[in-house]
Amino acid sequence: MSINRVRVSALLAAGTLAAGLSGCTAPNNASGTRTVTVFAAASLKATFTRIASEFKAANPGTRVTLNFAGSSDLATQISQGAPADVFASADAKNMAQLSDAELIDGTASNFATNVLEIAVPQANPASISSFADLAKPGVKVVVCAPQVPCGSATETVEKATGTTLKPVSEESSVTDVLGKVTSGEADAGLVYVTDVRNAGDKVKGITFSESDQAVNTYPIATVGSSKNKELARAFIAMVTGSEGKKVLSDAGFGTP
Amino acid sequence: MTPVSARRSKAWTVRKVNRRDTGYTGVPPWVFALAAAGALFVLLPLAAMVAKVNWGQFIPLITSEASLTALGLSLRTSATSTVLCIVLGVPLALVLARASFPGQRLLRAFVLLPLVLPPVVGGIALLYTFGRQGLLGRSLELAGIQIAFSTTAVVLAQTFVALPFLVVSLEGALRTAGTKYEAVAATLGARPTTVLRRVSIPLVLPGLASGAVLSFARCLGEFGATLTFAGSLQGVTRTLPLEIYLQRETDADAAVALSLVLVAVAVAVVGLSYRRPRAQPAEAGPA
Repeated sequence: MSINRVRVSALLAAGTLAAGLSGCTAPNNASGTRTVTVFAAASLKATFTRIASEFKAANPGTRVTLNFAGSSDLATQISQGAPADVFASADAKNMAQLSDAELIDGTASNFATNVLEIAVPQANPASISSFADLAKPGVKVVVCAPQVPCGSATETVEKATGTTLKPVSEESSVTDVLGKVTSGEADAGLVYVTDVRNAGDKVKGITFSESDQAVNTYPIATVGSSKNKELARAFIAMVTGSEGKKVLSDAGFGTP
Repeated sequence: MTPVSARRSKAWTVRKVNRRDTGYTGVPPWVFALAAAGALFVLLPLAAMVAKVNWGQFIPLITSEASLTALGLSLRTSATSTVLCIVLGVPLALVLARASFPGQRLLRAFVLLPLVLPPVVGGIALLYTFGRQGLLGRSLELAGIQIAFSTTAVVLAQTFVALPFLVVSLEGALRTAGTKYEAVAATLGARPTTVLRRVSIPLVLPGLASGAVLSFARCLGEFGATLTFAGSLQGVTRTLPLEIYLQRETDADAAVALSLVLVAVAVAVVGLSYRRPRAQPAEAGPA
């Protein structure tokens, strides 16, 4: 039995190694094209997909692999050795975590800002028109949990305005908050301006002046372990350059 | 699932042959090697997680207010859902195993659907049924019953995903038990309800117990449907899996510690379920 076990685990180990190796090398060698792998916050999905296609058009023979997830998930993946060339985070905290661990090349540059906005169903059943309205009794408000960036921004606005919300749910992601509003389960949700813009006419956005109390800044940087630093820097230059700025501001992002 | 009915009449003789101990296992050595790989595949990630546990902080992490509230909510809702699974699942299993009517196979397929459905799909389906704008939700809201964002929503989500586990185990047990004793009881003048109460149910009790325990375990691990349908609020809808998912954002140590608690509870529960059938002479292992 013990011999069998050793043999099997050796086989497994060999299999894992082989899979890992092919996973790393194939994209760059297979067709002679160069690939830049971008790990970007989920809220950047629409904009970075557009920037990536512009990048490909401007640099023939390159490919852009995009990986979208929550910033903390991406930071964890990179610190566990995921092969990323560029990291674009939705908050400074997760970027700082990587640069403190010296996993970032040089310093990160801020390329966009985002603020909160109230999202309500088109009919606005609870007649919300201000941030204070969210605290009215009987209003079903959904927010992000304080542990995630949109939730800590919500807390900051609550403190700044002296309003205490009694949410019916504290979701783990801004997408889940928006989902509860678009399905009509919630009367209102606190999401980012860009999420409201992206949802189209499924929800109505209500801006509030206190939102400038919690401005979220998006930093971008080259990953230290990148093997395509030149291409990574070119991609970052496009994001921070005029083309990137236009795509981002069209989507509702602010400039830092 | 089809060969079960074909085998039904021979169930008694087949089982007797199996019971006789011949000393022959009939398992080739290479099967053991593959089985070891299979076991490793499951155990290795668990071991890797245990290795990550911050033991110095383990007790404070799992006894924080948020953690205890989530664990308590999980145990309460899972117990309620299991009762609901028994109330709804026993009749379903009886109808599927004993009755014969057109559309029976289709009914079975639909009842078992949550087994293969991603839980998030179940959550969306429940949302469009019991949500405020849903099929039944609108009438319920008029009647003053609000399910959205309540603990009831958690119980509904758990029952939805766990029901097939009970139905499958119990239907298998009923088919294996056969109708011999039930027929005898009926010829002796027992009414159908008496037969059910005095013969059928006692005969499949181990199967019912293991089905209930499996359902409980599935309820305990329910995540996707709850997140989509019920939301996440401490003490109301944030069960242990949702708490783990949230803790992972900021405190990996807490997430790992709570995961270990969930694994321990699940192992205890499933271990219990698989000892039961063997301890009693009646049949009804996992069919």
